[in-house]
Amino acid sequence: MNDAVADLRPVVEARNVSKIFLTGTHEVKALDSVSLTAVRGECLAIVGESGSGKTTFANMLLGIYPPSTGEFFLDGELLPARRTLPLRRSIQFVQQNPLSSLNPRRMVGASLRLALNVHEIGDRPGRKARIGALLEEVGLPADFAHRYPSALSGGQRQRVAIARALACEPEVLVLDEPTSALDVLVQARVLKLLDELRQRRNLTYVFITHDLGVVRNIADRVAVFERGRLVEQAPTETIFEQPANAYTRSLIGAIPVITDDEEALRRKVMEETSAG
Amino acid sequence: MRRTLSILLSNPLSVIGLILVGTVVFSAVFADLIAPFPSHRGAVVDFTNFNQPPHWPNIFGTDLVGRDVFSRILYAYRISLLLGVVVLAIAVPIGVTVGLAAGYLGGWAEFILMRLTDVFLSIPPLVLAMSVMGVLEPTLTNGMLAVTTMWWPWYARLVYNVTRSEAQEGYVLAAEIIGASRLHIMFREILPNCVPSIVTKMTLDLGFVILIASSLSFLGLGVQAPTPDLGSMVAEGGNYLPDSWWLTVFPSLAILIAVFGFNLLGDALRQVLGSDQ
Repeated sequence: MNDAVADLRPVVEARNVSKIFLTGTHEVKALDSVSLTAVRGECLAIVGESGSGKTTFANMLLGIYPPSTGEFFLDGELLPARRTLPLRRSIQFVQQNPLSSLNPRRMVGASLRLALNVHEIGDRPGRKARIGALLEEVGLPADFAHRYPSALSGGQRQRVAIARALACEPEVLVLDEPTSALDVLVQARVLKLLDELRQRRNLTYVFITHDLGVVRNIADRVAVFERGRLVEQAPTETIFEQPANAYTRSLIGAIPVITDDEEALRRKVMEETSAG
Repeated sequence: MRRTLSILLSNPLSVIGLILVGTVVFSAVFADLIAPFPSHRGAVVDFTNFNQPPHWPNIFGTDLVGRDVFSRILYAYRISLLLGVVVLAIAVPIGVTVGLAAGYLGGWAEFILMRLTDVFLSIPPLVLAMSVMGVLEPTLTNGMLAVTTMWWPWYARLVYNVTRSEAQEGYVLAAEIIGASRLHIMFREILPNCVPSIVTKMTLDLGFVILIASSLSFLGLGVQAPTPDLGSMVAEGGNYLPDSWWLTVFPSLAILIAVFGFNLLGDALRQVLGSDQ
């Protein structure tokens, strides 16, 4: 989607990253020697079925647990197993389920304020204005700060979760299926928001998903994981037009196909929706 | 808050609970105004009117030295409630902190704290309290100490279990990724989600603390004469059954009302707060 990938230095780099989990007596290789980079301003999609290791990769990039072997780099610097506050601030996370990712007993404003307080962003009186600005940036009214998550719809909650991640002013955003818990219309709007934010803030996205429809909408480049291995990576158009790998072809083959008639109907409905 | 109250009022059982608890608390707080013979809380002797069955103005009768049983029950409520509140005010913060730390930190902290909790839980509560009281002087303060010693582990266990499941929630992970401190995550993120369970248990426990304190004084290990106490009143009166039945029946009913009331209210709160999301 985004053609203006100007800066080609890798922001995030994974070098020969492996992860082995011990389950009782035997070892499970969740990730096998994956090397991958994402440049500034890019949206790198990581696709694969469940169990392909894509979430393991995201968790290790976020520092939730360390890789068994291999390293991650941010702006060319090695990421340690224990993350310092500035490193935490640089790599933020949007989770799949906005129902559980916001504390039901804390107001939206308090959830956002946490990020500002921890990283000492702005002075105390300025933080209130900043919270309002963040909410407006994700398309919510500023007075939502005084609401509890239960008073918000799924899409609104996910916008709050995005605002919370942005509050840290990160360089990299790891998005773990951020739209899969939302219904289709909301999904499209949240994707549009994410795309705008990336361009405005020059963010780098690592977008974990199994939904190739979403990938087509937002990703610049796609990395395909299969049973812990990186089997293919290529620009989005290439992946869809000439998938090199058999597994990738089968994933693309699994996308529900829309016939020409349905497509025409879809356009008409979309126009009506955007008009109304 | 208003929603909670309206749900409470729509259920007849919880209304009964509210009325009973309200009566008990009201009697305890305003004992000086309600009691017909306020001086009978102490060492008063009136041999012209001793061991009398209920009559006016001694509606619950008089005891063996002529004191008004009704007045003494009101003052006994005051002491029972005071004991319950003090015990919970000490036991709950200790138990909650232990449970949060064990449930969230895991590892060695979890092992040490929860095994310690298990040790306390494995001793029958009355035996533990009796042994504490056996070593110490039987006074009100030591009674509170004894009951507190056996009460905090229940909160540790409760909060530990809630914390274990809450720690799996996305909002805890989100706070960790942001870089929040462990103290913040325990007390500001997880604790608010434990509050409904804690409040429910505290309400139920006020009744049980009164019951256990009465059991202790029934055994002669609690509040000492002449201070009125429901447990010791039942114990004393028991020697004069069935003739002087009012000495036993009214203090027993007083215990029943308090425990029953707090239980009904606690159950109602559990239902209301459990679904409060």
